[in-house]
Amino acid sequence: MLSKHGVFERNAWLLSIGILIVVSIGGLVQIAPLFYLKSTIEKVEGMRPYSPLELKGRDIYIREGCYLCHSQMIRSLRDEVERYGHYSLAAESMYDHPFQWGSKRTGPDLARVGGKYSSDWHAAHMINPRSVVPESIMPGYPWLAERKVDADDIVEVLKTQAAVGVPYTDEMIANAKTDLAAQSDPDSDGAEDVATRYPKAVVQNFDGNPEEVTELDAMIAYLQMLGTLVDFTKYDASGPNLR
Amino acid sequence: MAATKNSEEMSGLSDALAVIGAGLGALIGIYLAVFSADPVMKFHGALLGATAVLCALYVISSMAGKSTTERPFYHDGPIKFASVAAVFWGIAGFVVGAIIAWQLAFPALNFDLPWTSFGRLRPLHTSAVIFAFGGNALIATSFYVAQRTCQARLFGKWSPWFVVIGYNLFIVIAGTGYILGVTQSKEYAEPEWYADLWLTIVWVVYLIVFGGTLLKRKEPHIYVANWFYLSFILTVAMLHIVNNLAVPVSFTGTKSYALFSGVQDAMTQWWYGHNAVGFFLTAGFLGMMYYFIPKRAERPVYSYRLSIVHFWSLIFLYIWAGPHHLHYTALPDWAQTLGMTFSIILWMPSWGGMINGLMTLSGAWDKLRTDPVIRMMVVSVAFYGMSTFEGPLMSIKAVNSLSHYTDWTIGHVHSGALGWVGMISFGALYCLFPWLWNRRGLYSMRLVEWHFWISTIGILLYITAMWVSGILQGLMWRAYDELGFLKYSFVESVDAMHIPYIIRAGGGTLFVIGALMMAYNLWRTARGDEPVDAKNQPRVAAAPEIRATLAPAE
Repeated sequence: MLSKHGVFERNAWLLSIGILIVVSIGGLVQIAPLFYLKSTIEKVEGMRPYSPLELKGRDIYIREGCYLCHSQMIRSLRDEVERYGHYSLAAESMYDHPFQWGSKRTGPDLARVGGKYSSDWHAAHMINPRSVVPESIMPGYPWLAERKVDADDIVEVLKTQAAVGVPYTDEMIANAKTDLAAQSDPDSDGAEDVATRYPKAVVQNFDGNPEEVTELDAMIAYLQMLGTLVDFTKYDASGPNLR
Repeated sequence: MAATKNSEEMSGLSDALAVIGAGLGALIGIYLAVFSADPVMKFHGALLGATAVLCALYVISSMAGKSTTERPFYHDGPIKFASVAAVFWGIAGFVVGAIIAWQLAFPALNFDLPWTSFGRLRPLHTSAVIFAFGGNALIATSFYVAQRTCQARLFGKWSPWFVVIGYNLFIVIAGTGYILGVTQSKEYAEPEWYADLWLTIVWVVYLIVFGGTLLKRKEPHIYVANWFYLSFILTVAMLHIVNNLAVPVSFTGTKSYALFSGVQDAMTQWWYGHNAVGFFLTAGFLGMMYYFIPKRAERPVYSYRLSIVHFWSLIFLYIWAGPHHLHYTALPDWAQTLGMTFSIILWMPSWGGMINGLMTLSGAWDKLRTDPVIRMMVVSVAFYGMSTFEGPLMSIKAVNSLSHYTDWTIGHVHSGALGWVGMISFGALYCLFPWLWNRRGLYSMRLVEWHFWISTIGILLYITAMWVSGILQGLMWRAYDELGFLKYSFVESVDAMHIPYIIRAGGGTLFVIGALMMAYNLWRTARGDEPVDAKNQPRVAAAPEIRATLAPAE
């Protein structure tokens, strides 16, 4: 049979076509069904798109490469569930373009870090991690507190997110700019609207600097919402969610 | 006469196409440099524009001056360029790797600055070693091997130059982007949408040059090394395009959002990620192995049948292995199980390649003692065998529950990357430099000997330190005390890593020192310095043109 292999060795076109067929099969079988099998992402209550400030924080999280040391995926193992909380559900990252599950835990998992520490703690920790955790080997990010968050393109950003499938409404897009500013200013007129449009959004002066909306505000707003959207006191893993 | 006229016309057409292409690149680059609101996009536009203008000027000036010298049969200019680039980027990538390894041991080395912090330098390291060092080594050797085994000149006049210059421009755009905070956060696919588009164009031309050379070959059969190179080029094109599907926020800005999200994005990313390993770092470098080991050992490949069987099974099975990066996650169980099953089966074709490479030394094992270049390549194949055994082991769900998220993975990757990819590339470069620059041999074989031992010790320190720290982390995270509580806080596991991290950084630094020795040695070789130990070098170390003039036995 192997003597027939000469056909491929004498014809570069045939060899190329053979290669393409052989390397396509695995991907087709493993990836394509994920887009239509309903059981891939079981429906849960509480998921919503990121608020404009949280989304900006997420972009900074990506920019600084946080995902290289912090996972956002709690595996269904006893010790992980006890250390970090309920194992991560597929639905919890359904609006994550791109996903941030990570592959390495040089630092702890952050999938449910929201609400675990105060925003003051986060601000101190981001500026100098060793001021609150002496053994930490995390880099300091003092520049986040000094930079104003880039809010100019937030409408375009939300529109792009909507284009890739995140359910941002026209109302959310229209109010993106005011929502972004209001979330870090609890006394502003728009503060209440942010919480209505984005349920469970934390509205707070995150970095302790009332003058401007900094990148640190955005980063902490993102961290404080991670893993908080699904109410696990009401979630039934064996319930109708499964199928 | 007609043939000459025809080829002159073709040459004129190539010149015209090259100038038009470069002009288009210049226009787009200058447009972005002037009109983009994004400073990084302005900078990258200027880079593209400047490179394109320089290239256009060069092509035009070469059209004006009619060359009278005889054109050599093989087109080796772009190969020399890519070989030098591989050495340069190799050093750059290893140095950044050593820096971030020291940062993990001593966090003050992050300097609290954005462009020196770990999160931005780590993609710089991985891209520099995989795509810049590895990629240039692959392009250089694939062009060399295709010409020699097809008995044909590279297809195209300017397109081989476009491939090497365009590819290195991509590297510069990607690398400077990371430092300035431009990334889409998909591991080993961090460059943003515009860099991805540019790479797609370069890659298609690469395929055309490589495939075109195969099509005009004078040899009836396509040599086995070229099967591997071809599968690497085709599959990387497929992976790159699908994994990087994204919608830019603005066509003059750097930022984009991935088309897929969550589970689907994770699966697509690791289908890509694992096959960047499978096709870029394995199939491509197997192509290298299948040419340079038989050539250097002056023995035929051990088994033709084994080549066929392991080639097709390797490329079929590798594609399935991605989900082993996602065990126990929110990825559906059926996909995880498929990934694990195929990863375990993959052990066999991987070892098929190892056996074929090692056994090619049959009857020539004495060369391990006399030729450090052969030794380097043989040890590289041994590392390949080791890491392709470790990989399937780690893909077993029970093992993965311990090893995943830990330094064990980092150690595994480096036994493959430093041991296999690094050492086989060093071996190929040690072969290529005297052959391309037409020299009697390498400047110094003793330096190769030193390089071999220093990097081997460096690799061993690296991977043993990571086994210790990885398994320790995994065990600490899951340890319970007698009352049934988790025994250690997370930060205690961080603290326990300190000594292994220092050892690892030391091993990495040794690897850098070895590579610097290589760069010095290759530079002296290319410059034309008389070898200091010519009598200790095998005949095959000399360029083919010189070999005939040397005495048959020394």
